Amino acid sequence: MKYRLIASIAFSLLLARWRQTMVAAIGVTFSITMFIALLSFMSGLNDMLDGLILNRTPHIRMYHEIKPSLPQPIDKSSDYTHFHNFVSSIKPKNDRLEITNSAAIVSALKKDERVLGVAPKITAQVFYNVGVVDVTGVINGIDVEAENKLFLFNDYLVAGNSMDLKNTPNSIILGKGLADKILVQIGDVVQVTTSKGERMPLKVVGYFQSGLREFDNLQSYCSISTTQKVLGESANYCTDIQVKLKDVTLAPRMAKAFEGLFGLDAIDIQTANAQFETGSFVRTLISYSVGITLLIVAGFGIYNILNMMIYEKMDSIAILKATGFSGLDVNLVFITIALSIGIIGGMLGLLAGLGLSAIIDRIPFITASLPSIKTYPIDYAPRFYIIGALFSIITTYFAGYFPAKKASNIDPVVIIRGK
Amino acid sequence: MGSVILQAKAISKYFLDPIHVQVLKEITFTINKGEFVSIIGKSGCGKSTLLYILSTMDTEYEGELWIEGVSMRNKKEKDLARVRNEKIGFIFQFHYLLNEFSVLKNVMLPGLKLGLRSEQEVEYRAYEKLKILGIEKESLRKPNQLSGGQKQRVAIARALINDPVIIMGDEPTGNLDKKNSELVFDIFKELTTAFNQSLLIVTHDGEFAKKTHRIIEMEDGKIISM
Repeated sequence: MKYRLIASIAFSLLLARWRQTMVAAIGVTFSITMFIALLSFMSGLNDMLDGLILNRTPHIRMYHEIKPSLPQPIDKSSDYTHFHNFVSSIKPKNDRLEITNSAAIVSALKKDERVLGVAPKITAQVFYNVGVVDVTGVINGIDVEAENKLFLFNDYLVAGNSMDLKNTPNSIILGKGLADKILVQIGDVVQVTTSKGERMPLKVVGYFQSGLREFDNLQSYCSISTTQKVLGESANYCTDIQVKLKDVTLAPRMAKAFEGLFGLDAIDIQTANAQFETGSFVRTLISYSVGITLLIVAGFGIYNILNMMIYEKMDSIAILKATGFSGLDVNLVFITIALSIGIIGGMLGLLAGLGLSAIIDRIPFITASLPSIKTYPIDYAPRFYIIGALFSIITTYFAGYFPAKKASNIDPVVIIRGK
Repeated sequence: MGSVILQAKAISKYFLDPIHVQVLKEITFTINKGEFVSIIGKSGCGKSTLLYILSTMDTEYEGELWIEGVSMRNKKEKDLARVRNEKIGFIFQFHYLLNEFSVLKNVMLPGLKLGLRSEQEVEYRAYEKLKILGIEKESLRKPNQLSGGQKQRVAIARALINDPVIIMGDEPTGNLDKKNSELVFDIFKELTTAFNQSLLIVTHDGEFAKKTHRIIEMEDGKIISM
C-alpha cells in the first residue's frame, strides 16, 4: 500500500516529463543493445577463432614421448641416496612411440564419466613421392567416427566425404595446400614412403582446409587401419590417445592424474594452447569494457535528467515533505523513477540487442580459411543478456542514487521561504 | 476553551549566515483546542521562522516544543514527518499543489501517506473536504486549471484530510484578492466554530487578524503582546 503510493507519485513525475524520460530510456536501450550485439558478436568471433585450433585439439592428449629416464639407476641405489649424483651424456632410451596396451586404456577412459569421448590416433612421418621429388608430410591415422563427433572433422572438408576414408581401403584425405602442391585430384593415387622406407599407394578421396596454411601444406588423414598398414604395424598400434572432457577446466588436473595412472605423457589443452586463452581473454575484456562504458554513459544521461527533474520539482518535493513525506519516501520516489527508466530501457535494449545480433548473424561472411562458416558468427549465450539486464539496473540505480539523495535532503523551509 | 494542544517554551533561534543574529528570543506561548490564533508583525520579525519551527520542519532551535504533550525535541526526521502528516495541516502563501495530479489526488496524497484508511475511504473523505470548501466540482481537474482562490481552497482541503490537531498557515491570504481573502477567512472561521479546529495563522493583514480569537504580536523576535 505504502509503496504503491510512492510508485504512483514516481510515475506521475515520469509522465509529466515523458520526453526527457524517453530520451533517458533510449540512452539505456541503445547502450544495452550495443552491449548485447557487441558481446554476442565478439564472443561468436572468439569461439570461431578459438575453434580453428581448439575445436580440433583434444582436451587431453596422451602419448609416449622419447626421452631420457628421469630416475637414473644410481638414484635408486640405497648406498647413494644422500649423495649428489652427476651422470653425464644421458641419452634417451631405445623406446617405441607406441602406447602399450592402448585398447585397455581407451576402454578405461570411456568408462570415466567426466570424459565426453576418446579418439585414438596415429601420427606418422611420411614422404609423398611426386615424380622425382619427395615432399615431406604427416599422416594422421584417425578413427573417423570419433574424430567427426569430437573434433568436427567433417566441417573442415572442402571436397569428399569423411566416411569414404573408412569405407574405401587405402584412401587418404589431403590438406588443400598439399594437394595443390603435389598436383593431385580426387580419385588420383599418391605414393607414400614411410621413414622406414616402406612404400604404398593411397587413393585421394577428399581435401580438407583448416584455415591454417602451415597445417594444410603438411597434413593428411587416413583411417587408423590404413595408417597401421602403411607403417607395417599390428592392429593394436596407436601413438596418441585424444580425450575430450565434458568440462574443459578439469583438463590440467585430469591430465596429471592420467599421467600417473597410465604411465604416459599427458598434455592438457590449457598448457598446449596458452596463447589462445590469452587472446580470447583480451578480446573479451575489451568488449566488456566497451559495453560497460556505454552503460555508464547512459547512466550519466539518467543522472542529468533526474538532476534537472529535481530542480524543476523542488516545490513539489518541499510540499511532499511539508505534508508528511519523509526523506526516505522522497528518496524512494526518485530511485523508482531511475529504476523504471533502467528496467524499461534495459528490457527494450535486450530485445533490440537480440534483433541486432540476429541481423548480424545473417550478414554473409565467406572466407577461404573457414569452409563451414557462411555468415558472421554470433554467440547467443544467455549470460550476456543476464549481465546486460543486471548492469542496466545497477547503473541506473547509481545514476538515481545521488539525485535521490539530494532530493531527500532538500530542506522544505529553504524552498518555501525562498518564495 | 479545551486542552492545550501546542506548547512552546523559550524557543530561540539563531541565523549564523551571513552574520550571527538572534531571530527568535525566548518565545513562550500555548494554543488550546479550538482556538483561532493569528501571529502578526512586521516583515523580518521572525513570525514565519517561528511557524516553521512549530511545524517541525525547522529543527535547529533552542527551547522546547510540545504537540499534544509530546516533545518534538530529539525526534528523528522520519518521526517528525509522521507528526506533520498526522497532526499538522499546512497552508502556504502559494498553494503548492502538484500539477501532475488531479485536485482530488492532491487532497488525497497526505491521507494515502498516513495509510490508516483504504484508498476508497481516503477518496471519499477528500471529496467530502472539497465539498465543505465548495469546490467538489473541480475535483477531477488539474490544479493549474483553477483560479488562485480555488487553489488555496484545495490547499486547505489538503490540510484537513487527516483531521489534524492544528492547521498552520503562512500568509494563506497573502496572495489573494479581498474577495477571496474573505472567503478563506470565512472558511477558517467555520472550521473553528463547526469543527472545533485549532488554527495558527501568520499574517500581516491586520483586518484579518482582528477577527481571530487571539492575536500574538511580534517584534524583533519577541512577543510584545498576546
